[in-house]
Amino acid sequence: MYDWLLFLHVLAAFLLASTVVTYSAVVLGAPAGARAVSVANIMWDVGGLATLVLGIWLAIDVDGYEVWDGWILAAIVLWLIATGLGQEVRRAAGEGGDLTARRAATMHWLRSLTVLALLVLMIWKPGA
Amino acid sequence: MSLLAAVRPDEWNLPLFLHVLGAMVLVGTLVLAGTGLAGVARGDGAPALRLAYRSLLIGALPAWIVMRLAAQWIADEEGLADEPPQWVDIGFMTSEPTFLLIVVATILTGLGARKAARGTGGGTQGRVAAVLIAISLLAYVFAIWAMTAKPT
Repeated sequence: MYDWLLFLHVLAAFLLASTVVTYSAVVLGAPAGARAVSVANIMWDVGGLATLVLGIWLAIDVDGYEVWDGWILAAIVLWLIATGLGQEVRRAAGEGGDLTARRAATMHWLRSLTVLALLVLMIWKPGA
Repeated sequence: MSLLAAVRPDEWNLPLFLHVLGAMVLVGTLVLAGTGLAGVARGDGAPALRLAYRSLLIGALPAWIVMRLAAQWIADEEGLADEPPQWVDIGFMTSEPTFLLIVVATILTGLGARKAARGTGGGTQGRVAAVLIAISLLAYVFAIWAMTAKPT
């Protein structure tokens, strides 16, 4: 059970990272088009939900962790911030999906930093 | 296994972070290149091929190098380099051939983008590159499973 939970949790994190990579390319001016952004948005939604659900499941399943451990609570807070920033990116890009708009780009880079911070937290697990 | 996951020497964290970060950027740029190449089938050949080419050249190849060097670093730290267990072997067996696939896909998309810009095709190169990228992505899903499940 643990192996499959971890595999799917990490796979979901790769979906989040793929979204960040696609959005970064678009913000930097790559002609990725609406299709790539739509795929990235789907990966963000699926990856976001799966990382949270499977992450909490792992915290319950693994003997050495508790859901109320500081680093896990910090990860949940960062996840909420990343989710909020993700919605802001979509809102700022507007109907036309203009990700080069200043506000959309700023929200995207903040989200990218938050995702990077989540990865740092998952690797170092401070206090675990 | 689940208790073991909770304890890891601090010295392993930096190479593991670089390994995972490299792998994430690698997969992300392959996904970007793959979705870009879907545009070749819809007729916007030159921009799609150019996007895929740049994604592979600027993103995937450097990310592969970071991922692979960090993998060697952490294997050395963990003392797994000399007699690697099966899950480490799976990592090496998936990463090294896929590097060749990515190099070939990069060359193909580069040639295809030039042809498409001149209006003399490029679709075939794009389609072959898309297949190579798909194979690489499937190999990486298998590698992620091996890295997390660590089969013996």
